[in-house]
Amino acid sequence: MIKVKINGQEQSWDGDPNLPLLWFLRDEAGLTGTKFGCGQALCGACTVIVDKEAVRSCITSVNDVAGREVTTIEGLHPNGDHPVQKAWRQVNVPQCGFCQAGQIMQAAALLMDNPKPSHDQIREAMSGNICRCGCYQRIENAVHLASTGV
Amino acid sequence: MNFIDNPRKLHSFEKNIRVEKVSRRSILKGLGITGGFVLAAPVMSRQAFAYETGAGKMPHGVVVDPRVFVAVAPDGIVSIVAHRSEMGTGVRTSLPLIVAEEMEADWSRVKVQQAHGDEVKFGNQDTDGSRSTRHYLIPMRQIGAAARTMLEQAAAKRWGVPATEVKAVNHEVVHSASGRKLGFGELAADAAKESVPSIEGLKLKDPKDFRYLTKGQIGIVDLHDITTGKAQYGADVRLPGMKYAVIARPPVTGGKLTSFDPDAALKVPGVEKVMQARGWPWPSKFQPLGGVAVIARNTGAAIKGRDALKLVWDDGANGKYDSVAYRKELEEASRKPGLVVRKEGDADAALKGADKVIVGEYYVPHLAHVAMEPPVAVADVKGDKAEIWAPVQSPGGTREDVAKTLGIPEENVTVNVTLLGGGFGRKSKCDYALEAALLSKELGAPVKVQWTREDDIHNGFLHTVSVERIEAGLDKSGKVIAWRHRSVAPSIASTFAAGTVHQAPFELGMGLVDMPFEIANISCENPEAAAFTRIGWFRSVSNIPRAFAVQSMVGEIANATGRDQKETLLALIGSPRIVKPAVKDLWNYGEPLDSYPIDTARLRKVVELVAEKGEWGRQVPKGHGLGIAVHRSFVSYIATIVEVAVDDKGKLTVPRVDTAIDCGTYVNPERIASQIEGAAIMGLSLAKYGEITFKDGKVQQKNFDDFQLVRIDESPLVTNVYIVPPASGTPPSGVGEPGVPPFAPALMNAIFAATGKRIRALPIGKQLEA
Repeated sequence: MIKVKINGQEQSWDGDPNLPLLWFLRDEAGLTGTKFGCGQALCGACTVIVDKEAVRSCITSVNDVAGREVTTIEGLHPNGDHPVQKAWRQVNVPQCGFCQAGQIMQAAALLMDNPKPSHDQIREAMSGNICRCGCYQRIENAVHLASTGV
Repeated sequence: MNFIDNPRKLHSFEKNIRVEKVSRRSILKGLGITGGFVLAAPVMSRQAFAYETGAGKMPHGVVVDPRVFVAVAPDGIVSIVAHRSEMGTGVRTSLPLIVAEEMEADWSRVKVQQAHGDEVKFGNQDTDGSRSTRHYLIPMRQIGAAARTMLEQAAAKRWGVPATEVKAVNHEVVHSASGRKLGFGELAADAAKESVPSIEGLKLKDPKDFRYLTKGQIGIVDLHDITTGKAQYGADVRLPGMKYAVIARPPVTGGKLTSFDPDAALKVPGVEKVMQARGWPWPSKFQPLGGVAVIARNTGAAIKGRDALKLVWDDGANGKYDSVAYRKELEEASRKPGLVVRKEGDADAALKGADKVIVGEYYVPHLAHVAMEPPVAVADVKGDKAEIWAPVQSPGGTREDVAKTLGIPEENVTVNVTLLGGGFGRKSKCDYALEAALLSKELGAPVKVQWTREDDIHNGFLHTVSVERIEAGLDKSGKVIAWRHRSVAPSIASTFAAGTVHQAPFELGMGLVDMPFEIANISCENPEAAAFTRIGWFRSVSNIPRAFAVQSMVGEIANATGRDQKETLLALIGSPRIVKPAVKDLWNYGEPLDSYPIDTARLRKVVELVAEKGEWGRQVPKGHGLGIAVHRSFVSYIATIVEVAVDDKGKLTVPRVDTAIDCGTYVNPERIASQIEGAAIMGLSLAKYGEITFKDGKVQQKNFDDFQLVRIDESPLVTNVYIVPPASGTPPSGVGEPGVPPFAPALMNAIFAATGKRIRALPIGKQLEA
């Protein structure tokens, strides 16, 4: 039995310990905000925060996060008003929106680590997250806005 | 089969693919069923407006009925139906916003309700071809105006005053003479009893009174849900007792399963069942490929189970498909005469007599859509009833195809449309929904079929592969006197009919035969090209290779004559005029040429505007270059300037992009800008990396490591978008697709300016590193 804290709630899993966290979150825990984009940690759509670090849940097993704290998009802020989320809305970032949970989690993790990133640092930190619609200019602006106060 | 020479075949083909289908009969059917008034767009457009669109000729036409699209609750909440699919263009916001604007509803009290697939009720729902605003601006305004009129009539009756004395203003109806007011909610019950006013008598708002349209102040309706993880995409649907499935499909198009061993898969924890999935022979439109399905308690287990399957395939005839060899075949075909699809003057003679002939042979490989959300669908089939939840661009077509595939009446199929995590044409084909329906029927339980990224890349409906060969003949003064363009590419029609070797009219009309240059001798030819995989619509479709070739050739002519790119381009476009290509049944994106002519004044205008705003001719640092391109597609006009920087190792960056778009009368400039910004990224992705290759009939790429996309650290530093203010009464035109085609040629022209290297084959890959 693996125990893991997700968005502050204790959850347990007695199935395959190697099940990717992504599928545990989506299919077993019903937290569908975290998205499947590639399954190979190439696109960042499945990004969640484990303790204080952004990780790709598609290549992280449930076992890997045993006893740790996982934050998904649903748990980032109780009202959805994390500075990154607010900035995202102010800049009208999304087009289709599918990659955005992963982008927002990556940006939130970046700001925990570096509250005032430069534009180059933003571009570097966000480069693991693909947006096929091409919202990059707005993502960069939104992360910058979140870091300077929304 | 030859679509160009055989109009009857053409007709049946187009019926199948739901392009340009005349469906008056469906409109009449709609009249009977809804009991409302249902009109085809052209009828009403003629009455009230200066232009007609092709909306009425789409399957099931247009339904203009406020009772279908608008509901007002006693608490004042106005529900407006979005009947098109949201895949990132903002259409789920923009179309209801038009209704709200015209009915004077307060947007903060509007709820958008997504229509299920039902074209008899809602009219055509095919969300493709950059058509939504251009076909629905007027119908949505009429629906809003009719709803407003009904509310006004109800208030006038309540007060016993003439309807001419009352006016709807911001969610209430006002009688200014007496100062009385009634909220929309208070009037809801009475308004519902009012007869629906005739379209001809409706008075639409003066655009100067718009509160929302053209302002760009309204965020998309799903913005909050998207940023909080609550937005529901196809994969997010969860039903009680739902099974999770992935399918191993034939690696070669047209291949078949020979045998399989499920034992190892069945030992994977969480795997419940392994079963054969029904497939259809190629080509068969959007029918599933078949294979072996692994059913599990979660997607992770299903994927692991599939990895453990032992599978033996018979690859069939396409097992020989090899993209390196095929490119050579296409190139050879482009060097010989082909079917002439446009002829003006005598290009052969003029080329022979030319002072100089410039030849460019351009190559654009297969591309995969790779929307961030891979194909996925949930189906629950019980007896002769089916319910589907899926991210589909064609809710009506999906309903039809599910009904046909299961052999049940269409009325028994409900298609719930989720948000689409990107579409780009891939989700116009509902094969994944059909797979889910078939599995659900067999299992007797709800099923989610999830495609992995590898599935998406291996088993998609790819963008065609093409060689575009252009020969331009110049006289002594450098004027272009002859133009021969041979376009060789397998047609999308090959996915519907075996043996297709020529492009369909709708493909020829995308940048080949509609070429707008003022040249005396023109020959457009379409040599034969067979397909060896499934070809489908990809955002912008044939405009990508055509604009790439034509606009690169403009750069080549500028270089050969020592003239400025922009001046060369304007000289080729020539005088402001309406271009009337000598083409029988010219395909104009399904629109009448009267409303949507090929207007070189507008083409020139976007070139001039982007040149002015984008500071064409500005000094750029060493190693940088500017390139320009213009293209008309989806009846919009778009010009792009790209500034590129190429370092001494051949590494390419894009400091700045400027784009001017003339999309006629528009609704939401903020979403137009986002589409154009995104189109630059997609254009850059396909130019730098975009290539699907085949060996032994199999796609060689797997995922985002070998089918790469541009990431944020290589995206343009700045993308500026300029929207041409429309002349009064200019019909709306496309936005979702037209931004992509000019990007790659503008980039190639910029690279030439920076480095002197002319890249004629996409992707750029390592070509600049040598």
